[in-house]
Amino acid sequence: MIAYLIRRILYAIPILIGVNLLTFSLFFVVNTADDMARMQLGMKRVTPEAIEKWKQQHGYDKPLLFNAQAEGVSKISDTIFFQKSARMFVFDFGSSNDGRNVAREIQTRMMPSLAIALPTFLIGLLIYITFALLMTLFRATALDMLGVSLCVLLMSISGLFYIIGGQFVASKLWHWVPISGYASGLDSIKFVLLPVLIGVMGSVGASSRWYRTIFLEEIGKDYVRTARSKGLSELRVLFRHVLKNAMIPILTGVVVVIPLLFMGSLLTESFFGIPGLGSYTIDAINAQDFGVVRAMVFLGSMLYIAGLVLTDISYTIVDPRVRLQ
Amino acid sequence: MKSDPSFNQLRPLTSAPPEIGRGEFILNVERLVTRLNNGARIVDDISFSIKQGETFALLGESGCGKSMTALSLMRLLPDGIRVASGDIKLDEEDILALPEYAMRKVRGGQMAMIFQEPGLSLNPVMTVGDQIAEVLILHQQLRGKEVHPRCVELLEQVGISDASRRASEYPFQLSGGMKQRVMIAMAMAGHPKLLIADEPTTALDVTIQAQVLKLLRDTQQKTGMALLLITHDLGVVAQMAHQVGVMYAGQIIEQASREQLFARPAHPYTQKLFAALPDAERSGQPLAAIPGNVPPLGAPLAACRFAPRCDKAWALCHEQVPEWAQLENGHGVRCHLYTSQMGSEKLNLKASLSHAPPTPGGEGVGTEGRGTSLLQVENLQVHFPIRKGILQRTVGYVKAVDGVSINIPEGRTLALVGESGCGKTTVGKALLQLITPTAGSVRFAGHELIGINAGQLRKHRAGMQMIFQDPYASLNPKMRVAEILQEGMDALSIAKNSDERQRRIDELLEQVGLEKTSKWRYPHEFSGGQRQRIAIARVLAVNPNLLICDEPTSALDVSVQAQILNLLKSLQQQLGLSYLFISHNLAVVEYLAHEVYVMYLGRIVERGTVKEVLHAPKHPYTQALLSAVPRIDGQGMKTVRLPGEMPSPSHPPQGCHFHTRCAQVMAKCREVYPTETLVSTTHRVHCYLAAE
Amino acid sequence: MNQAAHVSILFYAQNALFSEFNAGVSNMPVILWTDVMIYVLLATVLTAALWIRKRPYLVLPWQRVAKDSVGMVSLLLLSLFVLVGLLDTMHYRAALPEKSNGQTVYSAEVLSVFDALATGIKSRTEKTYSAPLAAYLYAKESMETSEGKILRDYPRLRYGGAHLVDPQRELLGDVLKRTGIGALEGLLIGVLLIVVSNMLFHFFVRFRTVWSSTGREEISKDNRLPTFTRAVKNKPFKALLITALLIAMLLGITVNLAAVYHVLGTDKVGQDVLYLALKSIRTGLVIGTVTTLVMLPFALLLGIAAGYFRGWVDDVIQYIYTVLSSIPSVLLIAAAVLMMQVYIEMHPDWFETSAARADLRLLFLCLILGVTSWTGLCRLLRGETLKLRELEYIQAAQAFGVSSSRILTRHIVPNVMHIVLIAVVMDFSSLVLAEAVLSYVGVGVDPSTMSFGTLINSARLEMGREPMVWWTLAAAFGFMLVLVLAANLFADAVRDAFDPRLNRT
Repeated sequence: MIAYLIRRILYAIPILIGVNLLTFSLFFVVNTADDMARMQLGMKRVTPEAIEKWKQQHGYDKPLLFNAQAEGVSKISDTIFFQKSARMFVFDFGSSNDGRNVAREIQTRMMPSLAIALPTFLIGLLIYITFALLMTLFRATALDMLGVSLCVLLMSISGLFYIIGGQFVASKLWHWVPISGYASGLDSIKFVLLPVLIGVMGSVGASSRWYRTIFLEEIGKDYVRTARSKGLSELRVLFRHVLKNAMIPILTGVVVVIPLLFMGSLLTESFFGIPGLGSYTIDAINAQDFGVVRAMVFLGSMLYIAGLVLTDISYTIVDPRVRLQ
Repeated sequence: MKSDPSFNQLRPLTSAPPEIGRGEFILNVERLVTRLNNGARIVDDISFSIKQGETFALLGESGCGKSMTALSLMRLLPDGIRVASGDIKLDEEDILALPEYAMRKVRGGQMAMIFQEPGLSLNPVMTVGDQIAEVLILHQQLRGKEVHPRCVELLEQVGISDASRRASEYPFQLSGGMKQRVMIAMAMAGHPKLLIADEPTTALDVTIQAQVLKLLRDTQQKTGMALLLITHDLGVVAQMAHQVGVMYAGQIIEQASREQLFARPAHPYTQKLFAALPDAERSGQPLAAIPGNVPPLGAPLAACRFAPRCDKAWALCHEQVPEWAQLENGHGVRCHLYTSQMGSEKLNLKASLSHAPPTPGGEGVGTEGRGTSLLQVENLQVHFPIRKGILQRTVGYVKAVDGVSINIPEGRTLALVGESGCGKTTVGKALLQLITPTAGSVRFAGHELIGINAGQLRKHRAGMQMIFQDPYASLNPKMRVAEILQEGMDALSIAKNSDERQRRIDELLEQVGLEKTSKWRYPHEFSGGQRQRIAIARVLAVNPNLLICDEPTSALDVSVQAQILNLLKSLQQQLGLSYLFISHNLAVVEYLAHEVYVMYLGRIVERGTVKEVLHAPKHPYTQALLSAVPRIDGQGMKTVRLPGEMPSPSHPPQGCHFHTRCAQVMAKCREVYPTETLVSTTHRVHCYLAAE
Repeated sequence: MNQAAHVSILFYAQNALFSEFNAGVSNMPVILWTDVMIYVLLATVLTAALWIRKRPYLVLPWQRVAKDSVGMVSLLLLSLFVLVGLLDTMHYRAALPEKSNGQTVYSAEVLSVFDALATGIKSRTEKTYSAPLAAYLYAKESMETSEGKILRDYPRLRYGGAHLVDPQRELLGDVLKRTGIGALEGLLIGVLLIVVSNMLFHFFVRFRTVWSSTGREEISKDNRLPTFTRAVKNKPFKALLITALLIAMLLGITVNLAAVYHVLGTDKVGQDVLYLALKSIRTGLVIGTVTTLVMLPFALLLGIAAGYFRGWVDDVIQYIYTVLSSIPSVLLIAAAVLMMQVYIEMHPDWFETSAARADLRLLFLCLILGVTSWTGLCRLLRGETLKLRELEYIQAAQAFGVSSSRILTRHIVPNVMHIVLIAVVMDFSSLVLAEAVLSYVGVGVDPSTMSFGTLINSARLEMGREPMVWWTLAAAFGFMLVLVLAANLFADAVRDAFDPRLNRT
């Protein structure tokens, strides 16, 4: 088990290096630092001096991979790759265009993101699985048909519609909750309520249908017939036998997103003005703040890999056959 | 061990299953009809009764509706299939009239069921004990602390050692035989009056099958329950049944006591079934195969369903459904031969079941290998590494094949037998270089095949080919038959031009007994037997000298198996082919082979001619294997019993691999692997007993 | 980088098409990069159809699709969308009347055949917002009456309902009348089309029967000509027929109303929303299909190579897709699109027209979406190939010494195609939805490209206006819902027909 985990974490290193190289080439090779400076300064009043100044300010005035002019170790360390990319491994994300420390910003914005994402995730999971179990229980009846049709309809509606529609109905028409904004502590509840509801609503169709497929797959297996031949009731078969076996495929898709919850949701946060990582990313995209986007890409992949390891660990809990080797 | 001439020779039954105080009828099934939702009848008008303490066997080939009959009794039919009419009474209780909640009390309590695949029938994420406990809580009203001891007790009763530890284990930690024992324990937990066993041993090895069948018999003796045994295996019926119902295409076509049925099968289908069994007595002559295939489920027929395949059929058989005819002593049959005027005349004509007098011994069986050696295998090894740890280092090897030497002469059949997991299939694939051997030498027609490059290997590919077990997986569903047959010719540049290729394809199809027009069709349009013919034609296309047949008939019904065996035999005579016949079915081996190699845990433990190995076995393992085979004369059940199961090839036991299961184990068996002992020039054994 | 030069063959093909279309003035056909992709895609689909026709095991699942009423109805809806998309794909630049030095001068605006067909609703721009089927503007304005007084009232629209004398009294009646007439006309044309196509079909069948009557047994076996009455008894055909007639009526109504009204209102700058929504269809279709086209070869090749060869090939491919899939897709897309944006803006000299620039951006978006979405399919194919390579027919081929490339093309690829097809149709709808989100986030299509995303993005603040402007959003969401729902239902029908687990006999 420990050996497995160590191996898994060691395996993450080449992947993170790969991600790092990918972002590096995307951000520094496709476009030169001069291009980016010109972009930032606006096309009109660019002078070579202004570009040089911008590059110096933001640390882009170094060579990409190898600094021939420097001495000793700094031949390698005094480069854009080392300063901007490699240092992300130690969570040094540098600073954004307005000079703020990205790592600190990430720390403060994590909580609001989590305040939305975590309840959305938990409540969502509960609702989707319940809905899917109900459909499975009434499989091949009109009720199931209705449920599936509803799912297809709901999953065909754009997520933007849920947000815009939800904001309009709940905030503007009925004045339930504020349209947007955020507060810390208990006050946050009234701000969190609607985004969570909409978040859950947004994937109820696709998720419930997916879980239903998993349950139906399980219910066709031989051990379910054995359970029925023992005289167990359909509900008991579903909860004691099917649910536990279905957890294995469910975990594959679910556990991996848990660490990513920190990243927040781009859409919800920007619509509702939540000061989380999602809206941070969107703002950075709109402001073309490459430093922040790069940091978020790296953070995202790190969390994803953490999710993969978590998934493996979760298998050992649900499936006795898996002993990590 | 007493020398039996053959496995499947029909003769009056000498020993019967133990008679237990058989009492009242427990189960009465009257005119049961089960349909698909589209109206097709899957079970068509079936009636039978089972007494307390009695075993009723439903015998039939795949797709004849026997499993659906069982599920109808349990009311567990899959979606889209339902009981349309009829009457099922269990102990005077009308099963079909019960509301669902009351039916749940019957399931597991009055009537329990075990299934074919023990590996799939247990919940993989629940401990064995918990799964048994469910029944105890539901049907025995046991609570709290009473449950666990009872679970352990049940597991002990079905012969699981160290039961209290096993109760807290998961199914994947148990072997196949143990899982089936757990299934039986679970079924017995509710004290059912009727146990339905749906092919309970089909997925198990023959030695494990013998153990499970014995367990079922013992359990029945102890509890006096009725047993409905569903099987396709006449040998199992001979060992287990009191009453037998023979099913064909959804109907029971013959019903009799076991003695009556084996002494005087009445229906032409039953007669053919017996005649189709391979048997050394007939190894010189073709088997009496039933032409054609089992009709698909629910095929609407306004005539006798067997008529298209029946050689006794006349006009009436194709026009009218035969009535049920009652012969003497409860022997019943559904056949026009016994109900019509014309039929009785026909019967008188062919007064008895004329069995051709057995010609003694097949041609050349037991004689010295003639001709030159075609394939010489020396010390073949196939080891798979086991990796562990952070760096995935190799910590050991699974020795799937561990020093096998084989010698196949031209035009002969060599059989490789053994339990599943002994490495016999790996040998076949290693010979063809489909798996790279770890060490050893394979000389084919004088050329060494190991260690040469792919280009050189291709030159010898045509000489040696393989026929696979599963005819459904061995043909690409997206290719026409012609394309399938052409593939080998193209790859090995056999035919010069396309005309010649087409001519060859026609010739091949004729050779394996298929219509020429079938070359434009796709595999899914053919039945299992026909597919196996296509697979044979595919390898014949490249004119091989040696065919490696990996259980080529184990996925087929008995009646179709006979067709394929006949085909293989006649091809050998026409083309002078050699076969390496990999099988676990000793009866088939006895019929087809000249020499037999017995394999255990990656090594050959005994080899010799068919007569020597199968009729005078020297190795205790061979003896045990032979005695485990259920015979249709009901014999061979009282000799060597093989306890336990084959150890894992990653950790073979010290010394003789077989000593952990051997009844005659001695001290030295535990220390050093026995060397080869020559019993005769052809008969060799690795056993200290033979050496003495 | 002159695109027209790159694709000169298509250029001339289109030229022929346009000279007929706009006789008199010879316009300059323009072939954008996404147009090329669409033509390639079209050619692929047609080739595949011809290929499938001759192979019964490939026709079989499609016959199952054809038996699914819901699937067929959604296919009909989808093909309407595709028709609009295709019309909108044939681009040209109109010749301007004035000439310089005898050379024809072309307008800088790239138009499409669809634009030409919809000139009516395209050109009738109002001053600003107006509600659907309105005759007045949505905002009050100061107007000078004939008496010279300044009034603040809702002014009449320049085009919408301009034919009415007193809209307040006549509007409802006129709309109802036009609706009725439109429905009737639509129905009539629909019925006429069905009758004509039925006659054509009969003619074709009889022609084939006569032509191939030289002893072909298939026809003698089933000599019953499929007649119309018999076909109507067939459930999916009946559903199809009813839907077709309903759509014909709806189209009739829309055409009749759109002639004099703005059926879905106008937006902030007075453009007709119906036109905008219809123009958005092409973008959605391009995103949904071209993305797949670019990702498929990678996913197929790498997936089966990893599964079949295993060993280091597998390790490398797995490494690549783990790296790509470990980056949250929105972030990867955002990063890539940002970079591309800078790149394009740094090289403005590459593009003759703004349409070409916006189009290249669309193509890049498809490429990037493709790169982020191929990993899923690749993993699926790898898993399936791992299973297939252990099957006995592959081993039989190996025993013949058949080469790896031949095993891959003859045995593996045909047996994983159903997975590819299911993945493609399933991906379509999620890609259409993703476009809207990405465009909203600012990393989607070029703001000048009309798409559901840009439409929603531009209109999302309108809900906050008093009184509220709802029709742009409603139109965008409505069109998107119909497209995605039809795609989802069709995808379900395809999956049900192709999934071997659901079709065991």
